[in-house]
Amino acid sequence: MIPALEYRTPESLEEALDLLERHGEEAKVLAGGHGLIPALKLRLAAPRVLVDLRRVPGLSSIEPLPEGGDGFVVGALVTHREIEVSPLVRARCPLLAEVAGAIGDAQVRNFGTLAGSLCHADPAADYPAVLLALDAEAVVASRRGERRVSAGELVQGVFETALEPDEIVRSVRFPGPHFAAAAYSKARQAASGFALAGAAAHLKLDGRRATDIAVGITGVAARPFRAAGVEDALRGQELSPEAVEAAVRGLAAGRELTSDIHASAEYRARLAEVHAKRAILRAAERGSAGA
Amino acid sequence: MKYPVALTVNGRRHEVEVEARTLLVQLLRDELGLTGTHVGCEDSLCGACTVILDGKALKSCTRLAVQADGSEVLTIEGLAEEARRAGIASPSGLHPIQEAFWDRHGVQCGFCTPGMVLAAKELLERCPRPTEEEVRRGIDGNLCRCTGYQRIVEAVRLAAERLAASAPAPGERRAPA
Repeated sequence: MIPALEYRTPESLEEALDLLERHGEEAKVLAGGHGLIPALKLRLAAPRVLVDLRRVPGLSSIEPLPEGGDGFVVGALVTHREIEVSPLVRARCPLLAEVAGAIGDAQVRNFGTLAGSLCHADPAADYPAVLLALDAEAVVASRRGERRVSAGELVQGVFETALEPDEIVRSVRFPGPHFAAAAYSKARQAASGFALAGAAAHLKLDGRRATDIAVGITGVAARPFRAAGVEDALRGQELSPEAVEAAVRGLAAGRELTSDIHASAEYRARLAEVHAKRAILRAAERGSAGA
Repeated sequence: MKYPVALTVNGRRHEVEVEARTLLVQLLRDELGLTGTHVGCEDSLCGACTVILDGKALKSCTRLAVQADGSEVLTIEGLAEEARRAGIASPSGLHPIQEAFWDRHGVQCGFCTPGMVLAAKELLERCPRPTEEEVRRGIDGNLCRCTGYQRIVEAVRLAAERLAASAPAPGERRAPA
């Protein structure tokens, strides 16, 4: 049984932030609960106070960015399912809808949230690769003001984030532009569905040539990362299978990789290469099909 | 410390007081006596504890009872009654999904069945005529250790056919059985 705790349902973001300021490390923010409740059972988290955001207005919608373009912002309480079926996300960034629709299972997608998944910082989560490739940022609020944190900065390690105890991720911002040449590929752990290795590619194409490229990697290390070496090798290049194969070789070299009962570090390194290649080639294919 | 929770379960309103750490499945089973909702893994993997909360399938081991304040919950105990009220109950009085599980023998030990049936219910609402692949994907949050899934998948597809055939025309409701 979960250790006894206090439960609060603030009616506004200010009230929620007050509670966090008051309780500091002893408080945890609850959104969909699909990271936190399992963590409570496993004692990975043992807060004294739960601050449930469900009565806080303004956190449940997906909105276009006011500054125009094809950017949008996803509120802290928006579920994977809502992202999957959102006409706005499907039109502006089909990759995000696709990845949201493949997370966990139907029940998990009904209640789990994007912001919650990010704050839970499971190293095998799918989103971080995609958020990194799309340059998404968490919008972080506290009594001290608001700041934006990139997905790569937010996730600091296994279940570890850059959030201060008094901060709440109020939304996740996808600034755009979003190109059609985007894909995610992963090696799915058969029982849990989590990524043994996952790679997201987001390309700006000129014919078969990538004028810009972003590749996010998840699942293989304590933190998700951008495969900068791959990006540098392919920027400005024609994306032939041979060129991509050569570019992804050794993409995880020099990093401390996860090794566990599901996969050795060496195997994960290879999986990361394979899935980066697949994601890049699939993205290129989608980009040229839409051109 | 206890917190007041008011929720509707299978059409009946309950007002209870629970600790914040009480899981929804514990409230349903231990406080309300609705033991048809099973606890398998208690870790949001197996799906045995699936219920429908405000129209959405939920693993009730992964929701605190306090979070369900103000919600409407449907458990396996309320499914046949709901079908009767909607005028779609089978001649046996069961919901067509339950009846299809019976007819296709989608049940072996029965432990996963309540969760399977409710996950199937949500699936068929979202996707009324699923392919075999869509059924398998739709219920992949529910584990069965006996049947090998074949007959469960057949049962869900049979239920889909029967529900499509029995769907009342818009505005028309059948008399309750």
